[in-house]
Amino acid sequence: VCTSRFWFNYRHVANTLSVYRSVKRLGIPDSHIVLMLADDMACNPRNPKPATVFSHKNMELNVYGDDVEVDYRSYEVTVENFLRVLTGRIPPSTPRSKRLLSDDRSNILIYMTGHGGNGFLKFQDSEEITNVELADAFEQMWQKRRYNELLFIIDTCQGASMYERFYSPNIMALASSQVGEDSLSHQPDLGIGVHLMDRYTFYVLEFLEEIHPASQTNMNDLFQVCPKSLCVSTPGHRTDLFQRDPQNVLITDFFGSVRKVEITTETISLDSDLAGFESKLPKDELAAEPLKYAEQLPVAQIIHQKPKQKDWHPPGGFILGLWALIIMVFFKTYGIKHMKHIF
Amino acid sequence: PAQFQLAVPVAVVFAPGSVPGDLPKALPFRDVQEMEIPVNLRTSVTSRYEMVYRSTTAQEEAALDVATAQEADAALRPLQDTSLGSLTVYVVPETSSLLPQGTSVYVGKHRSALVRAGSGLAALHTRLRQLMQVMSFTASSIAAALSDRVPNSQLGPDARRHLKSSLGYEITFSLLNPDPKSHAVDWDIEDAVNRYVRPILDKLSLVANFSVDSQILYYAVLGVTPRFDKESSSFLLSAHSLPHVINPVEARLGSSAASLYPVLNFLLYVPERSHSPLYIQDKDGAPVSTNAFHSPRWGGIMVYNVEAPAAPQASLPLHVDVDMVRVMEVFLAQLRLLFGLSREELPPEFLLESPGNEGLADWELDRLLWAHTVENIATVSTTLTSLAQLLDKIGNIVIKDDVASEVYQAVASAQSAMAELAAGHLHSAFQASKEAVTSSERAFFDPSLLHLLYFPDDQKFAIYIPLFLPMAVPILLSLAKIVREARQRKKEPTKMD
Repeated sequence: VCTSRFWFNYRHVANTLSVYRSVKRLGIPDSHIVLMLADDMACNPRNPKPATVFSHKNMELNVYGDDVEVDYRSYEVTVENFLRVLTGRIPPSTPRSKRLLSDDRSNILIYMTGHGGNGFLKFQDSEEITNVELADAFEQMWQKRRYNELLFIIDTCQGASMYERFYSPNIMALASSQVGEDSLSHQPDLGIGVHLMDRYTFYVLEFLEEIHPASQTNMNDLFQVCPKSLCVSTPGHRTDLFQRDPQNVLITDFFGSVRKVEITTETISLDSDLAGFESKLPKDELAAEPLKYAEQLPVAQIIHQKPKQKDWHPPGGFILGLWALIIMVFFKTYGIKHMKHIF
Repeated sequence: PAQFQLAVPVAVVFAPGSVPGDLPKALPFRDVQEMEIPVNLRTSVTSRYEMVYRSTTAQEEAALDVATAQEADAALRPLQDTSLGSLTVYVVPETSSLLPQGTSVYVGKHRSALVRAGSGLAALHTRLRQLMQVMSFTASSIAAALSDRVPNSQLGPDARRHLKSSLGYEITFSLLNPDPKSHAVDWDIEDAVNRYVRPILDKLSLVANFSVDSQILYYAVLGVTPRFDKESSSFLLSAHSLPHVINPVEARLGSSAASLYPVLNFLLYVPERSHSPLYIQDKDGAPVSTNAFHSPRWGGIMVYNVEAPAAPQASLPLHVDVDMVRVMEVFLAQLRLLFGLSREELPPEFLLESPGNEGLADWELDRLLWAHTVENIATVSTTLTSLAQLLDKIGNIVIKDDVASEVYQAVASAQSAMAELAAGHLHSAFQASKEAVTSSERAFFDPSLLHLLYFPDDQKFAIYIPLFLPMAVPILLSLAKIVREARQRKKEPTKMD
């Protein structure tokens, strides 16, 4: 998830796309990736190399190649959509590629980048998601067993504050900086004019480039990536909610996809010439009336919905009391008989 | 805390000459055997086998008076109770020739079995208990169904590999041809599906809705390069490279965009001319007889080798007609395994009748239904509990009427499912549990239940104080002035006269 827009946040998009590329290289197909980007970089009028997003100085690597499938782009990247994807409370018309169809044996990797602060992450410069909301969303996922294990990586300023509030089991979290520290960007590119990547993600990606699908590298190595000397900020991690020892957790458990496989040893025996075989093709349905429009609407939902409240509510409670107080004071001070001057 | 009671009606019918001498009462009589399967601290499953012991009727005796067990099974079928979940066991004399030598239990295609009387009541009871567990459910199958609730340490390694209970499944058959220049492969999939897959899916239609589609992919290669083995002059894929085969292919499979049901993929791979013949090796290095492997909850892959043409100058591409019977035998076996219906873990003296083209025996369907019903009810209770906890925690959420009605319906259906399970009516219990799951999922995942209304206290102060504090200062001062004036006025009349 890349939560920022505008040209000067180029590096966040490059971060996300680089992680996306690594994850795909290690075997996870697009049907298992939900990518949320503001996607305003490649075709931005300020991009000197249109249709590309580079992640390395000297334009070595175009991460916005031919094979990028963005599921939520531009203004669809909102806190609401993000929480909907996580908790599964999605309107029924959403296509399969925009859903998180995970079950209790799925390991989920969540990577977020953008601008953040102590306890919140800014989405698209107009709204925020707090660490409490995120923790609650993860708890909802756990209740419905939507994940087996979850790895949460965040690359923002004060990133560690985002994982402070998690309380659901089987979550491991990594952040690029502690509370009170800022995550810094890696290097500007003079040709493009903006910073291309953030330091933490840059070193994580260097680490991931050495991983191949059969690799046995474990999580402890990932924790060592980007020490303070290179990263300036102090990366943090949280493993107390995780049941397994990070030593035993393979990187490919989250970044790649290695399935359990069993050899098929049983067969059944089929009789190839059945005497009394009838072909059970569906008969053509003639004279079936086309469904009237009313039958296709979710009638139950419509009937039972109360008329929608307009956004304005008559003042109640505190506000009403305050106004009553103001009016009373006004008239006490100026006297009732002056009211005729008003009316 | 949930108490499941699973009742199985069993009829034990004694053929003449098979009645053990030490029966507790005279036939016919009833007995109930209860067994407790502990799951965790708050959930327990009690199985009640309601047994009716009686002797054979004349018709049943005539039916048993045939040469082989298969014929007996077929003849007995119209004479027994065939409702879902019930079992009928016929006890034949120890020396009977109906069962072949060495087998003491024969399990038929439907819901009945033939058992040798054994050396006494105790031996008979042991065989009966084993048999009943095989044909309905075992402690481990129930624990697997309730895998959410069982602590991780107690589950076996394969507890979570069976497909989860779902309202529907999509089955996709794909033919992968990486080398169309050499092989022009034809498979008559439509005919094969109608002949072999439809019967088994019709039988499983009680469990879920199935939809089947098929596709052919060209230039789709496996992710792994097979090794050439000089001894057998064939190419080998070792068992530990198999997990990496699936991913590159999956990206091209294109799971259906329209359906939200779990997808089961069955792939038939025809190796390239340069890599033929290709065999899969198991862990011991021996080639696998089926040349196929499957991945739990995903599907299966089978490698179909094409013989090299007799004449070396045969024109390419070779026309290949796939032998669908062989292929379907493997795919349907994989389908059974994915659902958890395996025939391998049985005691050696059991003989199981093959279900033939139907794909699965009635009692195997029952096994699936027991597991799915229990799983559904457990899911419903977890879902509704967590929904209640969510509403407790965040008081701002508004529950629409239709969400409320779904919740009530889910609760009612779940209760009726539990009641039906305790009464032994598997069919209605399963239907009720399906309705309960549908309603509870609809209620839980309703899009309106999103709680974006979290306002931490310090944010509330931060917003309201700058607004109201400056406004409040003159009000408070005026209030103070009013109070002072009122007090002064009270004092004045007493001063003046």
